Formats: sequence, C-alpha cells, structure tokens
Amino acid sequence: MSAARVGVLALQGAFREHRNMLSALGAESMEIRRRGDFARGVDGLIIPGGESTVIGMLLAEYGLLAPIRAAVRAGLPVFGTCAGLILLSKHIRTPHGTARGPLGEMDIVTQRNAYGRQLGSFRAETRFAGVGDIAAVFIRAPHVVRVAPHVEVLARVDGKIVAVRQGHLLATAFHPELTSDPRIHQYFLTLIETHRAVLGPCCREAATKN
Amino acid sequence: MQEDRYELNKNLAQMLKGGVIMDVSTPEQAQIAEAAGACAVMALERIPADIRAAGGVSRMSDPKMIKSIQAAVSIPVMAKCRIGHIAEARILEAIEIDYIDESEVLSPADDVYHIDKRAFQVPFVCGARDLGEALRRVGEGAAMIRTKGEPGTGDVVQAVRHMRKIMGEIRALTARSKDELYEAAKQLAAPYALVQYVAKNGKLPVVNFAAGGVATPADAALMMLLGAEGVFVGSGIFKSGDPAKRAAAIVRAVTHYTDAGQLAALSEDLGEAMVGINEQEISLLMAERGQ
Repeated sequence: MSAARVGVLALQGAFREHRNMLSALGAESMEIRRRGDFARGVDGLIIPGGESTVIGMLLAEYGLLAPIRAAVRAGLPVFGTCAGLILLSKHIRTPHGTARGPLGEMDIVTQRNAYGRQLGSFRAETRFAGVGDIAAVFIRAPHVVRVAPHVEVLARVDGKIVAVRQGHLLATAFHPELTSDPRIHQYFLTLIETHRAVLGPCCREAATKN
Repeated sequence: MQEDRYELNKNLAQMLKGGVIMDVSTPEQAQIAEAAGACAVMALERIPADIRAAGGVSRMSDPKMIKSIQAAVSIPVMAKCRIGHIAEARILEAIEIDYIDESEVLSPADDVYHIDKRAFQVPFVCGARDLGEALRRVGEGAAMIRTKGEPGTGDVVQAVRHMRKIMGEIRALTARSKDELYEAAKQLAAPYALVQYVAKNGKLPVVNFAAGGVATPADAALMMLLGAEGVFVGSGIFKSGDPAKRAAAIVRAVTHYTDAGQLAALSEDLGEAMVGINEQEISLLMAERGQ
C-alpha cells in the first residue's frame, strides 16, 4: 500500500506544524482550503489548532462542512487538536450557553476555553492509552465534559478528559504538533492504515466523494 | 520567567497564524471583528489614525475599557503598553490580558530600555524594522514579532520595507559559514545564540506578523506573500466605509492569499477604504520609536 496522504485543514492556525510532523513520519500531506482541494482525495484529515470560531466560519463559507461530514460518515479518519476537537464535538459549552459543533460528528460535549485565558495555558504529563506517557501542551484549551458510551477516553489530566476516540475519529484538547514527540501522529497514521485495510483501496475515492 | 511559560507563550502565537488581529475601541467593534473572523483583537481607546490626528502623549488604555472588550468576545484580547513602561505592563498582566503589545504606537515611556519581558507570565509582541531589532526584542523575551510599518497611515510601504528587510537578512544569514556568525551577530547587534538559531533554521524563533498600514485585502495578501505569518489591521478597518465587510474580506484574503481569483472577488465592492496619508506627508514616524 502506498504512503498515506493526509489532508491538513489550512484555513487558519497551526497547520504547518502538523505537516512537519507528518513529513517527519514519512506521510504525504496536502493543505485543504477549499472544497476542490478536498475533492482530490485524502486518506485522512487533520483539523489543527487555531481559533475555532474562525475555522468554523470559514469551513461553512467555503463549502467544506458537508463534504467533510459525508466523508466522516463514509469512514474517513479525522484527527482534531484543540480547535479541531471543538469543531468535531456534537455540543460546545461556553459561558453563554451550549451550541452545536459545526462538524458535530463526535458524540461528546466540550467546554471551550476551559482553563481560562493565556495565563491558564500549561504543560502536563499524562498517560495516553495505547501510547504511554506523553507531555501535553494546552493553549487556551478546551476539555471534554461528557462522552457517549461508545466514545473511548484516551487521556485525562487532573481527572478532566483531554483525549478521545470514537472509531475512526481522534481528538485531543492538547497539541502534539507543538512537541517533538511524534507518537500521537503515528497513532493516527496507524488508525488510517487500519481503516484503509478494512475499507480497501477504494476508500480514498468513496470517502471524499460527495 | 520559566522556560515552560515562554514556550507556552510562543505557542499561543502559533495558534494565531494565518489569522488577522484587529484594533478595536469598543465592545461593539470587538464583536464585529469576531463575527468577521478575527483570530484576536487589540483593545485600545484610540486607533492609530486618531492618535496621529490628536497628537499629544498617548498611553495605555483604561483597564475598564479593556475588560469590557474581554467580556464581549471569546477570542484572545491583546492591549498595548508604552515602550519601557513596566508598570503599565504589570497592570495589563493583572487583568489577564492574553498578549501585551509593547508598542511604538503609544508615546515611549523609556527612550533607552525596553521591558524585560522574561520577568512576566503573559506574552509580549513587539515591533521590528529589521532582523537585529527583531532578535533584540526576542532576546528580551518577546514571544511574537510584528513589523512596525507606519501605523495609522493606510500606507503599506513601510510594512513592506520592514518585512523585506527582515526576510532578506534571514536568507543572508543562512548562507553564512559558522565562523562568520560572530561578526554577523555584532553587525546585527543581536544575541549570538539567536543569530545561530536563525542561520540554522532560516526563520525567526517566534511567529512573525505584518503590521502598519494594511488597508485592503490585497495589502494583507501582499504581506503574506512576502513571508508574514498573519496580519494586524489597525485603522484600516474601522476607518473605512463598511468595517464589517472589509474586516471579513481581509480575513479571507489572508487564508487565500495565493488564490488571485478569490482575492479579486474579495476586493469587490468594499466601499471606501480609509483615506490614508503617504509616508512623505507625515511628520511623526512612529516606527523610529524604540530601537
């Protein structure tokens, strides 16, 4: 099987860091800004950190919400970090109430800016299920407040859920792309390979057709 | 400042990349900016064009006004303190500002020393006109750099000059041999370790935005093409005919800066741009404040 080609959503935020990590692991990557970029076919998608309000707005405007949702339902593996976690959540909690997540494909409730402003940003050691001990970087980060029974909790910090997996969907409240540790990206690439094996070589086409 | 905290502060700037940071003076303007897709706002009582028009001494904004903007939006909020004004910076830190801009737009409080930014928990962004200045600020603890440009003019020429200079000097450093870097550090009047970093990596050790005089989507795209990682827009938005529309167009221009078809569509029908002043017509060059 050829190397995985991973789309990295490049509307705003730290998308280059993800691409650097993928290239260090030998995976091919491409930037996704418009519907046409996505239609060219990817084996997986990364939604990076940035401002979730900005990325969510641009996803809708550039016609990317529907094709990404359809691809997710067809089995496309997706990895969201920080803002990406928020966008994938079914429900987002803010001080002003609860809203639906723009993509909303993961059955979780996420709290935005859960640790307050920049002074609340921090680094912590945590155990990531299936990977081991990692250093996690949280920047004005969210955390997950509730998960459906079929969602696997992969990591917690101070009892709070900070990494989850729902089948082929992976999301972290922290930023593995800001560290030099590639293990979480490797975990995602393995997830892609597993799904490619199950779905067969046609999945790239089927998953992104809409 | 702990090394961890400095890393976290540089990391926040990484999250702002590919985005637009807008100057706002009221909670209403902050909400317009957020709805248009700003990745952060800069809270200040008077935007640079008005500071320039009013003259006199320009200081940190009223904390009450800054807090009202913090309460109005969920995106990061930045605010400016005067160059070298340690107390203003402490006040901004006390109200938990997300980023302090030690800014030449305000009247400098100290004409020799910049703030020791490593003594703070909150991050700082500073302006620079060339690589040496950028690295001196990073040496003092700035977690993000922006070009100085010439604020409040709507004339992008100085931001272009500063970005060209910084990127050109970075490229030149990467071609130097190891033993030439000591002399390069001396010429740049910059810390040797940072010069070494730039020579090795071909980029600044922190995120680099464009600022000063950006007034149109095309201006923003130009700065991205020259190597900016994002854009500050000051007077360009709320001094224009249709701020909401122009703000939204500039945000999209930064995302799609290589897509000329998109830029053409975004540039249509934006109403009047800020009038602007050419650099030859102004007597006060803010960019020369703080070296």
